Amino acid sequence: MTQELDSGAESLSSRIPDQPLIQTRELTVAFHHQDVLKDVSVSIKRGQTVAVIGESGCGKTVFMKSLVGLIKPTTGDVLFDGRSLQDIQFGELTETRRRFGFVFQNAALFDSMSVFDNIAFPLVQQAIVSTEEIRERVLQHLAEVGLPMEVAHRQPAQLSGGMRKRVGLARALILRPEVVVYDEPTTGLDPIMSDVINELMLDTRRRYPVTSIIVTHDMRTARKVADRVLMFYPRSRLTPEDNQVIYDGPPSELEHAEDRRVRQFVHGEAGERMNELLQAINE
Amino acid sequence: MLSTFYQVGALSLPVIALTGTFIGMVLAVQSYVQFHAIGLDSHLGVVINSTLVKELGPVLAATMLAGRVGGAMAAVLGTMRVTEQIDALTAMGSDPIHYLVVPRFLACILLIPALTVMADFMGIIGGYCYSVIILGIDHAAYLLHSRDGVAVFDLFSGVFKSIFFGAIIAVVSCYQGFNCEPGAEGVGKAATSAFVYSFVLILAVDLFLTIVLNSVYYSFFPNDSSFL
Repeated sequence: MTQELDSGAESLSSRIPDQPLIQTRELTVAFHHQDVLKDVSVSIKRGQTVAVIGESGCGKTVFMKSLVGLIKPTTGDVLFDGRSLQDIQFGELTETRRRFGFVFQNAALFDSMSVFDNIAFPLVQQAIVSTEEIRERVLQHLAEVGLPMEVAHRQPAQLSGGMRKRVGLARALILRPEVVVYDEPTTGLDPIMSDVINELMLDTRRRYPVTSIIVTHDMRTARKVADRVLMFYPRSRLTPEDNQVIYDGPPSELEHAEDRRVRQFVHGEAGERMNELLQAINE
Repeated sequence: MLSTFYQVGALSLPVIALTGTFIGMVLAVQSYVQFHAIGLDSHLGVVINSTLVKELGPVLAATMLAGRVGGAMAAVLGTMRVTEQIDALTAMGSDPIHYLVVPRFLACILLIPALTVMADFMGIIGGYCYSVIILGIDHAAYLLHSRDGVAVFDLFSGVFKSIFFGAIIAVVSCYQGFNCEPGAEGVGKAATSAFVYSFVLILAVDLFLTIVLNSVYYSFFPNDSSFL
């Protein structure tokens, strides 16, 4: 049983060096004929922790959901482990998704289930372990995210925001995924709880050989947890020739980025954005 | 799965039984004046029972189910869509259609026949009680004529139609829930649309199936006029 669960780790050991685990090739996603992402080409290597930053509406979440096939590209392609998600059959796509752990912005816990059942859900669906082992693993993962056993029997509605995010993280890690995707993991949390989540993400990376993608507005998270930062810019404010990814580099260089828009974002300065908004209202 | 069946079936029973009873009584009230005027009071059961079994029972059960269960289904699935729970299911490698829609569809099509029979039965009891106890119609005469008013095919056609109504409720409600727009307003709109579209489709399909079933009946029994 454990062997099956550790398949993610095994495939990591047998990987091809330097081959990107995740790759987007000229990824374009449009809603109602409006491009949200346009020709985005990014490669993410195994073991990297990538923070995707950018202002609201720049397409961070759409990019993240495209990586697991939750949103289909309008044009372009997403490759996982060298295989295009467009080309694989539904069953194989389902198997591929199980190699991902997804921590949603508001945790997306199932309201009708207890915390225990929420965390156990991926294991129960796969039906690969015994009831006793499910119990053990759920309690182990609860402990890893710093939650007491008593929480297991509560309903999601009875939890605070921070607890919900930690339960979401425990659920995402229960199948020992190769990739963990975090959607704004610290949004809506107080600074202390935000740092707890940051520490848990670092702890997860230490504990498991995972590749992490963190969509965030929180520069503290990007600096502390990531070893690479991608900054997206809203497509609507770019010319057709412009690259939508305006920064791709280490977090330490963000402060000294050549692009003024990156520095403004990092320092949280409105800059000419305020004038643009006022101009839009007047028009 | 079991909880869905409980929600759709067991929890709908009281409201369908109650509304069925009242509809039976209302039919008695409305028909009595005309039947009394031509001295056919004791034949009241024929029109009550046949109207209930052929039309009102199935449509009433389906309407109540669309309101009570269809709206709730759309609201639950809509909330799951808005709060990314459906995305979470997909991301974890589960099929949301298999996990969320199939149990609801099965519950609706398998349980609506029973709810229809319950609506028919309670309507007949309601009509009988009002006619005999309140209107003072002789109960033996009422029963005698009532017995002749409903054929087995009537009961079959009502139950048969109800299966389609159940399918409509499940498909429309799940579709509205899955395609819910963001926010509280989106969820409310999905719940309302689920009921309105289900109701309109139920009536349209009822008309179509009634015409088809009548044609089928008369192709087998061309000289029978009792089905009219």
